[in-house]
Amino acid sequence: MKNSPGKTAQTKVKAALKKSDTYVLRLYVAGHTPKSIAALSNLKKICEEHLAGRYQLQVVDLLKDPQLARGDQILAIPTLVRSLPLPVRKIIGDLSNTERVLVGLDLLSKI
Amino acid sequence: MVKPRMHLPKSPTGIQGLDEITGGGLPTGRPTLVCGSAGCGKTLLAMEFLVRGATQFNEPGVFMAFEETAKDLTKNVASLGFDLKDLVARNKIVLDFVYLEPSELEESGEYDLEGLFIRLGHAIDSIGAKRVVLDTIESLFSGFPNPLILRAEMRRLFRWLKEKGVTAVITGERGESTLTRQGLEEYVSDCVIVLDHRVDDQVSSRRLRVVKYRGSTHGTNEYPFLIDEDGFSVLPVTSLGLQGAASTVRISTGIPRLDAMLGGAGYYKGSSVLISGTAGTGKTSVAVLFAVAACERGERALFFSFEESPSQIIRNMRSIGIDLEPWVRKGLLQFHSNRPTFAGLEMHVMTISKAVRAFKPQVVLFDPLTSFIIGNNENEVKMMVMRLLDLMKVNKCTTLFTSLILSGGSLDQSQVHIASLIDTWLTLRDIEIGGERNRGAYILKSRGMAHTNQIREFLLTDRGVELRDVYVGPSGVLTGSARLVQEAQEKAVKTVREQEVESRQLELERKRSVLEAQIAALRAEFAVEEVASIKIIGQEHAQEAQLAQERKDMGRSRKADAKSSDKKGRSK
Repeated sequence: MKNSPGKTAQTKVKAALKKSDTYVLRLYVAGHTPKSIAALSNLKKICEEHLAGRYQLQVVDLLKDPQLARGDQILAIPTLVRSLPLPVRKIIGDLSNTERVLVGLDLLSKI
Repeated sequence: MVKPRMHLPKSPTGIQGLDEITGGGLPTGRPTLVCGSAGCGKTLLAMEFLVRGATQFNEPGVFMAFEETAKDLTKNVASLGFDLKDLVARNKIVLDFVYLEPSELEESGEYDLEGLFIRLGHAIDSIGAKRVVLDTIESLFSGFPNPLILRAEMRRLFRWLKEKGVTAVITGERGESTLTRQGLEEYVSDCVIVLDHRVDDQVSSRRLRVVKYRGSTHGTNEYPFLIDEDGFSVLPVTSLGLQGAASTVRISTGIPRLDAMLGGAGYYKGSSVLISGTAGTGKTSVAVLFAVAACERGERALFFSFEESPSQIIRNMRSIGIDLEPWVRKGLLQFHSNRPTFAGLEMHVMTISKAVRAFKPQVVLFDPLTSFIIGNNENEVKMMVMRLLDLMKVNKCTTLFTSLILSGGSLDQSQVHIASLIDTWLTLRDIEIGGERNRGAYILKSRGMAHTNQIREFLLTDRGVELRDVYVGPSGVLTGSARLVQEAQEKAVKTVREQEVESRQLELERKRSVLEAQIAALRAEFAVEEVASIKIIGQEHAQEAQLAQERKDMGRSRKADAKSSDKKGRSK
């Protein structure tokens, strides 16, 4: 995998290559905790900026549907799962580090 | 039992032996840490705790696996007779495989493990679980990049488990200097069990130790445990007190003369017998005869052989006129042949105990016990014998061990480690006299019965075993040919003496005859003399009478002075 986490890396935007892909994203939260709220607003900002018009976002509240945690192997909260395009990617945390989110979503790759 | 005391509530594990050590099980509603190195049986202990809880104690459980998939787990424990699929289908157990792939994980900002809590909570609530297993939660440390968050979440998790009131088992891999790699013992401090798997002299043994049990007493020793087709079993060294009732029934040893040596009746039922002896003294034969005697009484005998195969024993016993095959066919005699090195001592104890439980014998034989002594494990062997004897006492079996004494080794010294456990001790030994080796047998001790102090000669003939009096003479104990020679010599001496007596009697008789003959001769001589003397006396008398007559006649013829001449003649 090219996108192993690193502190500093030269990056280039790969978005041009993926114009045609639709991103299917699921954000797992547990109630309205500060972390969940922060994660959702961070994610929305990033998506609007980089994936405008070609993403579907679903927010899953595990307090309401705990059985869904099993399917996507959710342990950490919040977790963002990119189920399409493959391969499946997971990003944990409140998504405050935009660069890491972009790396995680394969929108940014490190060289 | 006497006074109702406030006890820590405990959840029985259903694992043989473990509940005895822990005094009833694991602390209810608290987490227990089970740690040990790889392959020591942590997962199995945890799984058995869960399965037994679900099947025997009606406590459903959640198994959260971090290392094995539910499918693998199901398959792995199926070999131990646990049908996880069925239990899952009946909502007795929930298997949840937590899968972590660090490579597809990106970290961005703060997070916690609420997802795990929700998952576990959901699983617990869905079946009303009372028991939870987390195996091995430490895997999370390799899955998540931030150990600080993890540690905080661990602490929260164990607190949360306690609040939930579930009895939890958390497994952990053994660390270098700590009980677990990630120091889980910091968080789980109510009960800690350490499993150990060690190899000594190429034989592995597993051990279990309860390091800590807050609020409860517990066995502190290292207890051997086993994993076999029936799952986990821990063997408390002496789970049984010495309370068993002693039987006064006596049973035959299979050798009439040996019965006689033991006060005429043989061994006590349920006692332990040791037959020790140097190589080739007939220990196995004595053991086999005892087994045969049991079979003849209609009892079952279980023979554990650690050196010979069953067919070898059967063949060899034929040479002394004992046919074991009919008993084997009748199902009264069963052989178990295993090399001692086949498994660790504990495994042997376990297989023996299983065989005993399955066959329910009245008589159990071990031939020979000394094979277990490899290197310096005499103490362990003693422990094993102790456990075996406890086991036999519980099952009311009469136990016979044979034990090899090394030639030249002191008879009593080499057996010290088990001597004190034995009730009746028969020793067979070589007696070397006159260029040949013979067998002698004597009873070293026999608790609670009169027994002879005499050495008997022990003969293996084609009609079985014979015990004979040895010749004890001025030149010491004689056996074998020496005894025969001595006996022949004695016979010869006796004959000579008898002849001598006879001839003396004859001589006496002869002398008496001679004497009597002499007496007769003298008598005859005397008789002759007597006759002659009487004759002479008669003649003398006749002569005198004649002379007187003649004088009278003379006087008459002279007619003178007859009277005076007569007077004159007289006065002269």
